Amino acid sequence: MLREPLTVGMNAPRADAFTKVTGKEQYAADYYPPNLLWCGVKRPSYAHALIRSIDISRAKEMPGVAAVLTHKDISGSNRLGILEKDQPVLAEDTVRHYGDSIALVLAESRYTLQQALELISVEYEPLPAVFDPEAAMLEDAPVLHPGRKHAFLETEAGVAWLEDDGALVIVASTQTPFRDRTEISHALGIPSCRIRVIAPYLGGGFGGKDGITVQAFLALAAQHSGGRPVKMWYSREESFLAGTKRHPAILKYSLGCDQEGILHALDCRIVMDTGAYASLGCEVLALAMEHAGGPYRIPHASIEGIAVYTNNPVAGAFRGFGAPQAHAAIEQVIDELARIAGFDPLEFRLKNAVSRGDTTPSGVTLTQSTGILACLETARDSAAWRERERWESLAPPFKKRGTGIAAINHGIGYGPVIPDNANAKIELTGEGRLIIYAGVSDMGQGNAATYLQIAGDILSQTLDNMELVLPDTAQTLPSGSSSASRTTFTFGNALIGAAQALRKRILERASLLFTYQFFEHVRAEDLGLVPGHVRHIPTGREIHLSFVSTTMDQSERTAANSYTCPVNRQKPPTGGSLRIHGYPHRVYSFGVNLVRLEADILTGEVTVCDFIAFTDAGRIINPELFDQQVHGGIAQGLGYTLFEDFLVSEGRILTGDFGAYILPTALDIPDIQSIAIPLQEEDGPYGMKGVGEITINGAFPAVANALARVCKTRISSGPLTAEKVLAAISRNEVGKNR
Amino acid sequence: MKINFLLNGKETEIEIEPDRRVIDLLREECGLTGSKECCGAGECGACTILVDGESRLSCLMLAAQLEGREVITIEGLAKDGCFHVVQQAFVDYGAVQCGFCTPGMILAAVDLLRRNPTPSREQIREGISGNICRCTGYQKIVDAVYFASLALQGVN
Repeated sequence: MLREPLTVGMNAPRADAFTKVTGKEQYAADYYPPNLLWCGVKRPSYAHALIRSIDISRAKEMPGVAAVLTHKDISGSNRLGILEKDQPVLAEDTVRHYGDSIALVLAESRYTLQQALELISVEYEPLPAVFDPEAAMLEDAPVLHPGRKHAFLETEAGVAWLEDDGALVIVASTQTPFRDRTEISHALGIPSCRIRVIAPYLGGGFGGKDGITVQAFLALAAQHSGGRPVKMWYSREESFLAGTKRHPAILKYSLGCDQEGILHALDCRIVMDTGAYASLGCEVLALAMEHAGGPYRIPHASIEGIAVYTNNPVAGAFRGFGAPQAHAAIEQVIDELARIAGFDPLEFRLKNAVSRGDTTPSGVTLTQSTGILACLETARDSAAWRERERWESLAPPFKKRGTGIAAINHGIGYGPVIPDNANAKIELTGEGRLIIYAGVSDMGQGNAATYLQIAGDILSQTLDNMELVLPDTAQTLPSGSSSASRTTFTFGNALIGAAQALRKRILERASLLFTYQFFEHVRAEDLGLVPGHVRHIPTGREIHLSFVSTTMDQSERTAANSYTCPVNRQKPPTGGSLRIHGYPHRVYSFGVNLVRLEADILTGEVTVCDFIAFTDAGRIINPELFDQQVHGGIAQGLGYTLFEDFLVSEGRILTGDFGAYILPTALDIPDIQSIAIPLQEEDGPYGMKGVGEITINGAFPAVANALARVCKTRISSGPLTAEKVLAAISRNEVGKNR
Repeated sequence: MKINFLLNGKETEIEIEPDRRVIDLLREECGLTGSKECCGAGECGACTILVDGESRLSCLMLAAQLEGREVITIEGLAKDGCFHVVQQAFVDYGAVQCGFCTPGMILAAVDLLRRNPTPSREQIREGISGNICRCTGYQKIVDAVYFASLALQGVN
């Protein structure tokens, strides 16, 4: 396959797979510059407290300690935050959660570092703290400013150093290299142009590396390291403590239909606990509200949302970005209403699902491809759905079987406020090879490989003849974050333009070269690109791309293209105080998830037997990478549905490592059937939409709906653990009627 | 102390504190960063290496325990520039996403196939259940190990 020109639609191998299976790929965590200093952070002993004093003298005097820094060593604003600048790099007079940062230590070894951190003594004056988001809204609640973990395998990591001219270089595991530069500049007072951020392949991100993690500490440390490089790499425990989480949410829903089963009214309220700092809390809430009514027509809808500061760990972006919480609610309520009103749950959804031209409950008019009906119809016709009652009746002894579905949607891209823009660059080298400068991080989803596939398709080149430059603010062009299901959508569109421009230039120059050879005018239309060469089709004569390259200077060998996504310019009524960051979207992916599961009536243990995902994420550039996203999103969804419980008590994390926070293993996830409903989307490159997040929205409600059939009742909070399932079964004495 | 062991086929002598973890020895002293550390507590399998052919967690081993042993890390699995069958299968069957679990997962699979050359899918799932992957949902990893087992048996 390596000898074949890459083509859109084929299962092109991932270029990164070759270096990842041999251990050669260098992630941010794998950088060990010679003579490095290890950096670490002193965390507070209280969830909310005034800092009376910080004594760093003993730590500073310890042999092997190079520097101990506090907020006094910061010359910028000392404020981080993607939109809301509310988070200090190092705390000044107040700490607001256990993951806050008080002092930064630079030491010769990790062992010395740990000892030095212990030697820093902080005097606190504890303040009343608030941990319940509902309580935080009470009038007498303490004023703070005025769940679940990503568990990416590569914890937050990076290195930094100063170049000879004093410019700062940071290599970090980040989804947002270009935005990081701006944030660091603001917080630390370093001019943006003096900061270079490099983002190698990430060992997972899922939203948890959307923004600053270790980057600001590294930048600060590098300025005080005496010219030595600095390295920081969170332990798993520190990643859990200081990293962002999925927003815990309280969702209250009322939904009404008429006798025909047509939905008329929705009233819902979503309260999200964003923890001690805003991070992307307002934006996550807005997306939850946009998806609150699911993919249905509900003409009368009231959707209220509140994001609340507490002294809990900070919540931020996590794959799905608020939509999984919303779908967990609406899809269970839809099922309940169908049951009460006497309708088949799938037919009920079919009656009410949106099609192109309809308006969603959050007021968004759907102008683009809308495949929810096609997904529902395909699910209805599947054997798993048609034969569900028979399958359920064949449950083995002491087991109960249930089938559940969920219908889901997911907005693609940034929405109308922040321009969803990418800038692609492609170069023909003097050797006739092609370099794609990818300005968007690849956190594991394979978007970088997809860029090779797109460029390979347009320029008829093989994987062997192409290479990538991963995000580097000094080499690649700003292209936004790796997030929001936009990574291939936006950059892909930019890349198509760049690759086509380079192709045209190559063929024009080659036509001159052929003209000199043939002593007659050769038209570019008679030329074609083949791997490594340009061919004159009528004669079959070829010239190598390196020869074509000699007719260009550096500027001509490079083509760049800027692309900004079209947006939905509707102004739905929002009540004024909603931060309409992403809302309303123009393009949505859609899907239906179908689950068949077995619950053990003696233990409550749930086994997912079958999982079928019907997904309309537009046309597919690489079927294998598409399925990778489907499998992975569903596995994460099943993890958070059945196992993962991010327990926090009084702001303190009780499940702070992999021993206590249970992630699904290979024994817990079934083989997943991925069925694409690939409708053409005119906005997307090659008709695609985005598949990164739609895949995580449906697992929770589909499983909950299947379990409701088993338990004859609903479990009102996640995760749906064996204990809760057993209690629900016992409550209804379902076990006795086995 | 001085320890002697065979590292990826090479006689190796290293002067090191006896209580240094093997993962640190490999990554920081030998420059072999293919072995990953993700939990440091033996929960995730990302630091898996082969010691005398058996899979071991290098974050739970101390340097002194390597004395006289044969160690294979992910960097030493390919022979003469050719991928091991399991590595090739991981590429061919789409088993790699972010890739941070991949080295440990591949070595766990190599050990599994040594112990059981003809595993069922269920046995593969059990065999790799000590290795956490957060990206793939495991399905394509199971595919890769299954087809690697067929290839090792000479079935095409």
